[in-house]
Amino acid sequence: MADIVQQPATGSQNLQQAVQARAKAKRRVRLFLLLPALGIIGIFGLAPLSIALIYSFLEPGTYGGVEWSFSTDAYVQFLFERDIFDDTLGFNSAYLQIFGRSFGLAILTMCGTLMLGFPVAYFIAARPPEQRNAWLFAITLPFWTNLLIRTYSMLLIVRDEGFINLALMKLGVIGAPMQMLYTDGAVLAGLVYSYLPFMILPIYASLEKFDFALLEAGHDLYASRIQVFRHIIIPISRPGIVAGCALVLIPALGAYITPELLGGGKKLMIGNLIAMQFGSGRNWPFGSAAALILMAVVLIALLLSLRAGAEKENRHG
Amino acid sequence: MAEPLRHKPTFLRRATGTRELRRQPLFTGLSWVVLLLLYAPIVILIVFSFNDNRSVVRWTEFSLRWYAAALDNGDIRHAAVISIQVAATATVISTMIATMAALATTRGGGFFGRSAAIALINQPLMIPEIVTAIATLAFFSMLRQLTGLSGLGWLILAHTVFCIPFAFMPVRARLADMSETFETAAADLYATPWQAFRHVTLPLLMPGILAGAMLAFVVSLDDVIITLLVAGPGETTLPIYILGQIRRGVTPEVNAVSTVLIVLTVAMVAMTFLLQRNRK
Repeated sequence: MADIVQQPATGSQNLQQAVQARAKAKRRVRLFLLLPALGIIGIFGLAPLSIALIYSFLEPGTYGGVEWSFSTDAYVQFLFERDIFDDTLGFNSAYLQIFGRSFGLAILTMCGTLMLGFPVAYFIAARPPEQRNAWLFAITLPFWTNLLIRTYSMLLIVRDEGFINLALMKLGVIGAPMQMLYTDGAVLAGLVYSYLPFMILPIYASLEKFDFALLEAGHDLYASRIQVFRHIIIPISRPGIVAGCALVLIPALGAYITPELLGGGKKLMIGNLIAMQFGSGRNWPFGSAAALILMAVVLIALLLSLRAGAEKENRHG
Repeated sequence: MAEPLRHKPTFLRRATGTRELRRQPLFTGLSWVVLLLLYAPIVILIVFSFNDNRSVVRWTEFSLRWYAAALDNGDIRHAAVISIQVAATATVISTMIATMAALATTRGGGFFGRSAAIALINQPLMIPEIVTAIATLAFFSMLRQLTGLSGLGWLILAHTVFCIPFAFMPVRARLADMSETFETAAADLYATPWQAFRHVTLPLLMPGILAGAMLAFVVSLDDVIITLLVAGPGETTLPIYILGQIRRGVTPEVNAVSTVLIVLTVAMVAMTFLLQRNRK
């Protein structure tokens, strides 16, 4: 009698156990699948950053590397220069200038890519669907080809005996070659050229699903071409513009190859300053400090762009 | 008509429709100019790598002499071997790891910490490369001293880390697009989870995995900054060799090597693009 009453209970218990066992097995498989990726990136992606943080508070070793004694010199060095004779600190703006130049160039790059990239993104989104893929492919392809080689090909064009100077001289516009290489202008052009696809793709993504009939609606309500653009197209593409600006600004701030080749090592940017400390500069703590400051700036830019993107959604939602 | 209409009434515009409105003639012209600007430098580099003289502006005659010179150059051959060793190993390891992680984050159900896991996997993309490079250099030089190990393994490890997010993206995209009905059907037919994965999920996922592997390969092959700082002596990859030559002055051999790299990259990316388009 008791057995019969108990039976349904054990049945459901078995089922429950089976379900629990399956969930447990699933968790175990999931952990097994995730562990290598999280482990390798956790150890070899995050740990180095902590090491850099530690290094930035140490003293430089004579032949590179670090001396294990605490010091804030790496951060002080940004703004001040220690006098070698009487050990007093004097204000030094050299590094601040490099940071300033990097910001200036990165922001100009952002504006340049936006001015060129927006029309292209709009143009692609307005193409018939069968042509869009070809355009997207054409725009993304240069992004995958080697940045170094693309910068080098740019160098071949802007140097004194390059195509632009040769063409201008043939046309009689200039008598002698114009100095274009190793100027801020060359670095800016190189940065715009390098990061343009990063601006086009997100803006295109935000315009891709856009119903162009809305333009007609605006037009029917007597909006001019400019009004339609300002009040319909720009708000719709705003998330794309914000994302594109962040995607361009971040790598432009940390650029190394472009200023190295097109700026000729004279027009330094943060990236070059950091790399130098680990090469001929032999000041690892200072390099680490500069890298961490750059990373902090980038993270702030990322957060701001996330907020700018979210604000927009709230307003429409 | 009391007031002149600013526009043709809609019924008159119907014929031309929205097509005309959506067109911004200025944008069309600008887009073609941008496309030209994007490709002109690369095309010039490629064309003049076949030039018989040393100039990169004056064309004399078609010739393969710079390719022959590059092939004959021991340094270039050595760099090519290192590049391929590093890229191939990093690609295989990172694609396997990325595929596993993509399976866990798409087929593992919702679980606590999933978005954190995805963010961690994408971490190498969010930090400026120069920062990753110097941090890895500091970390590895410490580990090298501690373990006494040296060799190409360190460089391969550094490449594997930043290749994972690139391999992860297409695999995850493909998995997200794939319906789970096939896997459910396999399970209904008494396939074990492994059998269902091996004979159903994996074949369907293959284009995504291939696309991921090719992106990882291209990214590893093209890397400059991390390799520049992490590579030990004698571990010069092709891009590092090219950078060294450019610093010394332009040589036509570099144009030939660059062209080979460009063609390789373009071929692989084109294949990736086709693989990803076919899924639709």
